[in-house]
Amino acid sequence: MRHLIDPADFTLEETLRLMDLADRIHDDPAAYRNVAERKRLASLFYEPSTRTRLSFEAAMYNLGGQVLGFPDGGVSSAAKGETVADTIRIISFYADIAAIRHPKEGAALRAARFSGIPVINAGDGGHSHPTQTLLDMMTIRRRTGRLTDLTVGFCGDLKFGRTVHSLIRELARCEGIKFVLISPEELRVPDYIIEEELQARNLPFVEVRTMEEVLPELDILYMTRVQRERFFNEEDYVRLKNTYVLTKEKLALAKPTMSVLHPLPRVNEIALEVDDDPRAAYFEQAENGVYMRMALIMTLLGLKDPKTGEVAFEC
Amino acid sequence: MLKVDEIQNGVVIDHITAGTGLGLYHLLELEKLNGDASVALLQNVRSEKSGKKDIIKIEGDVSRLNFDILGYLDPQISITVIENGHITNKIRPQQPKRLVNIIKCTNPRCITAIEQDCDQIFALTPSGRYRCVYCEQEFKVKP
Repeated sequence: MRHLIDPADFTLEETLRLMDLADRIHDDPAAYRNVAERKRLASLFYEPSTRTRLSFEAAMYNLGGQVLGFPDGGVSSAAKGETVADTIRIISFYADIAAIRHPKEGAALRAARFSGIPVINAGDGGHSHPTQTLLDMMTIRRRTGRLTDLTVGFCGDLKFGRTVHSLIRELARCEGIKFVLISPEELRVPDYIIEEELQARNLPFVEVRTMEEVLPELDILYMTRVQRERFFNEEDYVRLKNTYVLTKEKLALAKPTMSVLHPLPRVNEIALEVDDDPRAAYFEQAENGVYMRMALIMTLLGLKDPKTGEVAFEC
Repeated sequence: MLKVDEIQNGVVIDHITAGTGLGLYHLLELEKLNGDASVALLQNVRSEKSGKKDIIKIEGDVSRLNFDILGYLDPQISITVIENGHITNKIRPQQPKRLVNIIKCTNPRCITAIEQDCDQIFALTPSGRYRCVYCEQEFKVKP
């Protein structure tokens, strides 16, 4: 039995196989509607989440499975002080697989250690959100046709953005990726990510302060939100806030083939006028997320792909 | 230059990262050494190698001290054991791959902060740091 707690829990080859399956589901979802019949997903959301929870639940229903769980820690036994370890032990009797979202970092790993069923980390505080990383990778591959030889820009809050850190780590396993890190000084990628993921592998990267200077060379632009509360003083925030907003005018500097990704929700960092541009890929990401989660549930449950008669990889 | 007498029986913990000597003092629980032991903490000592460093000298019985702890707190540290005025042993602490229930994660957002009976587990990274396996926060000795 395996779990998905961190994107690195799967090898790159396994991740690619998972993406292959997600692509096949994307192209013919009807062929998968009974694959998980009589299987149950425990949807354990200790904090509210709209998109991730509904995406997991939609994924299970799309596979013909059932869903049980709770949408908020306030209505679960956690409110009475039950440990994550005890909760997952009990849930293991009721369901076949669990997706857990918890405000505390490492909660999913804690659950996995006591679980009798596969556990999927649906976000543990500011730490990790591996299914987001998988759907980001899937979207990049569907958009560009490859996960090699790409120049990938990350823009905005690169210090606290868990999706950024996970995606950098995942892309660092691919060949020929050049990383362009666009952020204010206050919100740089943490040094340990640069040292352990990029410098240790001799991967090319640059750090810049404005997106205009690098937009023409990017194949992917991964946008994130710059939040007011991350700045030490209001002046810096006011001075910088528009620097990291993508507008149609700035997008004119980019290649026609570039794709703009965003983990959502966005506030104002991507102007609404960009939504109609063919380079906007952020709503596709949300769609791909359902297919990726279907592929993940199938694989962790050891369910065969009706198209190939095989599992994506053994778990 | 401040001078502290050479010790006859005890240990010298040298090459401590400047500013963290007091933190090590508390982690080693030197305040609990029996009354016969003398402890000197030297801070910001000039060093050719690192510019500045801290040093701890302990004169007296150190048999109950756990020096293994120093390897993961500050791997550049050296420990010199002195008996009857002579150096009898020099120890470079090792860094174990995993530490279980030895140091504690200080991240208030970590699951270990609220979950009962949750082991405190740290893993050694390729860059020689220890990170909590749950939240990945790096362990640092507080100055």
